[in-house]
Amino acid sequence: MLEIGGATFGSRLMVGTGKYRSNAEMIEAIEASGAEIVTVAVRRVSLDRRDESGILHHLSPERYFLLSNTAGCYTADEAIRYARLAREAGFNDFVKLEVIGDKETLLPDTAGLLEATRVLAAEGFKVLAYTNDDLITALRLEDAGAVAVMPLASPIGSGLGLLNPYFIRTIKARLTVPIIVDAGVGTASDACLVMEQGVDGILMNTALAEADEPVRMARAMRLAVEAGREAYLAGRMPRREVAVPSSPTAGMLG
Amino acid sequence: MQLTINGTPRAITAAPPAERLPAELGLDPRAVVVELNREIIRRPALAATPVLDGDVVEIVHFVGGG
Repeated sequence: MLEIGGATFGSRLMVGTGKYRSNAEMIEAIEASGAEIVTVAVRRVSLDRRDESGILHHLSPERYFLLSNTAGCYTADEAIRYARLAREAGFNDFVKLEVIGDKETLLPDTAGLLEATRVLAAEGFKVLAYTNDDLITALRLEDAGAVAVMPLASPIGSGLGLLNPYFIRTIKARLTVPIIVDAGVGTASDACLVMEQGVDGILMNTALAEADEPVRMARAMRLAVEAGREAYLAGRMPRREVAVPSSPTAGMLG
Repeated sequence: MQLTINGTPRAITAAPPAERLPAELGLDPRAVVVELNREIIRRPALAATPVLDGDVVEIVHFVGGG
């Protein structure tokens, strides 16, 4: 079981709802992933036509734990504004806090992120803070009141996989709150490798939405997350630079 | 009465309370949140909050995101 901010979840895989080719495909992929936590974004409604872009037309808040994000926010003030709107629109006090610092890499503005985490935690929000793979920022986010820290595997939407397993392991070893790796996984082996570092969970969107077959990839990711978690708990054998035979060396024919 | 709703100037004939604004725009009031001059109007306060000429209104909802 995974516990975040007093809530418990059976699945360690969380998924986003952006960029799918159709809502039907999105729903089927989320089902196949086994995810309980599903992220959503806050945006203006369209006034020009009958608006069907609202995700609640398609996604039941009774069935999924909707985690709103502050994606697209570039300052602490902006992210705080979006978090407050999301809480009023939503169903819980949880927010996936993003304060982005750069349009090209979408890397976080860690100063703004820390400031927004402090403000929102003081207002009773359960903050899951999207950050880079820097230990010091992660420690400060925990001190600022984040209920989970979400270091990236690699930049959002890049599919580059886990670029720094050592930093992710270090963050996991040093923090008390759950570590959920967010962003950058491209395929199942990436997710498995992330979970093998011992982190508590993983959040992904593009790896599913942009797969040729999102539903099949969602199934693969569910299995990869379970496999990686089991392998971590099992404890891997040591790496050796020499071969060690698996069959007996005694009893060979003379 | 002239309002700015979601960044677009819009003329509204009557002056509704904030509660009726989504419905007048054809939106499901349960699915949206109304922000008036950068202040979120909590749901219990919607009926008692007037919308005045020149107000800046934002109406938001949840969409797909990562």
